[in-house]
Amino acid sequence: MSVLAIVSIKNGAPTKSGLEAASYAANYAASQGMTASALVAGEISGDGGLGATGIAKVLHCTEPVTDSGQWAKLTEAAAVQLNASAIVASHDHFGRAVAPRVAVRLKAGLVAGVTELPSNDLVRKNVFSGKAVADVAVSTAIAVYTVTPNAFGVKDAPGQATVEPFSADLGIAREKVTGFDSASADGQVPLPEAELVVSAGRGLKGPENWGIVEDLASALGATTACSRPVSDIGWRPHHEHVGQTGITIRPNLYIAAGISGAIQHLAGVNQSKTIVVINTDPEAPFFKAADYGIVGDAFEILPKLTAAAKELKA
Amino acid sequence: MKILVCISQAPDTTSRIAFTEGDKAFDSSGVQYIVNPYDEWYALVRAIELKEQQGGTVTTITIGEAACDPIIRKALAIGADDAIRVNAAPEDSMQVAQLIAEQAQAGAFDAILCGKETIDHNGSVVPAMVAELLDLPFVALATSLEVENGIAKMTREVGGGEESVEVALPFVASASKGMAEQRIPNMRGIMSARSKPLNVVEASADAPTSVSKFTLPPEKGACKMIDADRPEELIRLLREEAKAI
Ligand SMILES: Cc1cc2nc3c(=O)[nH]c(=O)nc-3n(C[C@H](O)[C@H](O)[C@H](O)COP(=O)(O)OP(=O)(O)OC[C@H]3O[C@@H](n4cnc5c(N)ncnc54)[C@H](O)[C@@H]3O)c2cc1C
Repeated sequence: MSVLAIVSIKNGAPTKSGLEAASYAANYAASQGMTASALVAGEISGDGGLGATGIAKVLHCTEPVTDSGQWAKLTEAAAVQLNASAIVASHDHFGRAVAPRVAVRLKAGLVAGVTELPSNDLVRKNVFSGKAVADVAVSTAIAVYTVTPNAFGVKDAPGQATVEPFSADLGIAREKVTGFDSASADGQVPLPEAELVVSAGRGLKGPENWGIVEDLASALGATTACSRPVSDIGWRPHHEHVGQTGITIRPNLYIAAGISGAIQHLAGVNQSKTIVVINTDPEAPFFKAADYGIVGDAFEILPKLTAAAKELKA
Repeated sequence: MKILVCISQAPDTTSRIAFTEGDKAFDSSGVQYIVNPYDEWYALVRAIELKEQQGGTVTTITIGEAACDPIIRKALAIGADDAIRVNAAPEDSMQVAQLIAEQAQAGAFDAILCGKETIDHNGSVVPAMVAELLDLPFVALATSLEVENGIAKMTREVGGGEESVEVALPFVASASKGMAEQRIPNMRGIMSARSKPLNVVEASADAPTSVSKFTLPPEKGACKMIDADRPEELIRLLREEAKAI
């Protein structure tokens, strides 16, 4: 038996959340005395860095596959060939489309958004938008897991994977990709994968004031985010909205300026490792969820933080 | 177009989260239930907009017990024509997807829309399971949807941007923010919802996963306050103490 990670490729290399899924698969396999393989489709160079996550073998389908139904067929064929007892994918746009289809094809139980390796036949995942965790049991012979980005991370494992060509009968593609629009500012890591996030809310008073937020983000190499009202009124794009009804994130650092810390906002960010809150109101609820706080005006504090961050990096 | 919208109930976003039955079940005492926001604000409203533009019907489907009826009536008040409730306690995504797929198959729908995830279990996987069970194309995290000449054109969230995707009807999609704007039901909608059909179906399916225990996350320690005159001190602490930058 073995563990199979399915990994999506972007610009010729595995995505960050894909590498995390591979690392999760490799560590899970090691804990069970099994080996882990990864399935990729599209062009990659060498083993795509998958060996360095602990993957022993890469099954490489040279044709790029974008159709979720075809990906599921490809995965099923690989799982059968490898006699896989667990399939691991990232809990991002890729895993959310492909892993459930794989679970149906393999008649496997699926646990979505896991954060830790299974132990004692239970696997931990976040529920209630980060307000609680659940330990889940799977009763089927094969299990499918999707891994929350930035939860498990990539554990380095020195090594090189063997690469084997792989193909299967995929039928026709029914989902046709016709275009791509890069919404995020140049060079920013996509929000769900970002390790550093600078976020701002209604306290910034208008979209014209976001320069100071972007400056701090770029000085730190961080991605920008915002509260729901800010995206609802169109000050910032929808994909920056974090919270219970936006994106749930768990970066290493979340800096919130001019955000009150409503329960629905906290739900999406409360798993961040370090939270910094900047607010003029010392009674703002966000301070109760923060590690570091500054009571003060974001318009004065943010530029000073940017200057200090630049000095630190210099 | 015949559209099916999958609607689930979820605890109100301000609910106190607590557990019961030896931490195996969510404690629903005193909890107000709402239509899961992604199902309501995005999937349902977009379905109703498409019906208003092009004609057709909007049916909702919910897997749940009679306690779900108020949120189903709300969906009818917003503008759905009729509703199906499969009378089973939802325990697992595969079980729910199977029950939805059975009803969807019988109804021969052109489009099946879901919210991108529920705000309680955050699974985000039922929609693609339904697609696979029905052998239909699927688009995850759709932020817009137009239907023309039997083709559905969507944009979807992918890492670092939005992709445009086309599929032929019938199809399944999960809706994300941007798809539509929340609608508040008006008095006429609320009155007419009372007499719209809510068909209860008895069915069951196996649940291959089960929650063995819920736990609340540990409380945060105290917040360290930094003098507003010395913000550079924060940068130092983030590097040296938190090791975050
Ligand atoms: C069903 C539902 C779902 C929701 N989902 C979400 C969600 O996913 N995400 C989300 O964010 N919200 C969500 N909300 C909304 C949430 O309840 C709050 O209304 C929202 O988070 C408030 O946004 P805010 O903090 O930017 O604005 P406000 O609450 O208006 O807070 C602005 C803050 O800025 C501070 N401030 C003002 N001027 C300055 C200054 N110069 N410098 C520093 N600070 C300043 C103020 O003291 C205040 O604390 C949801 C609500 C509901 C009902």
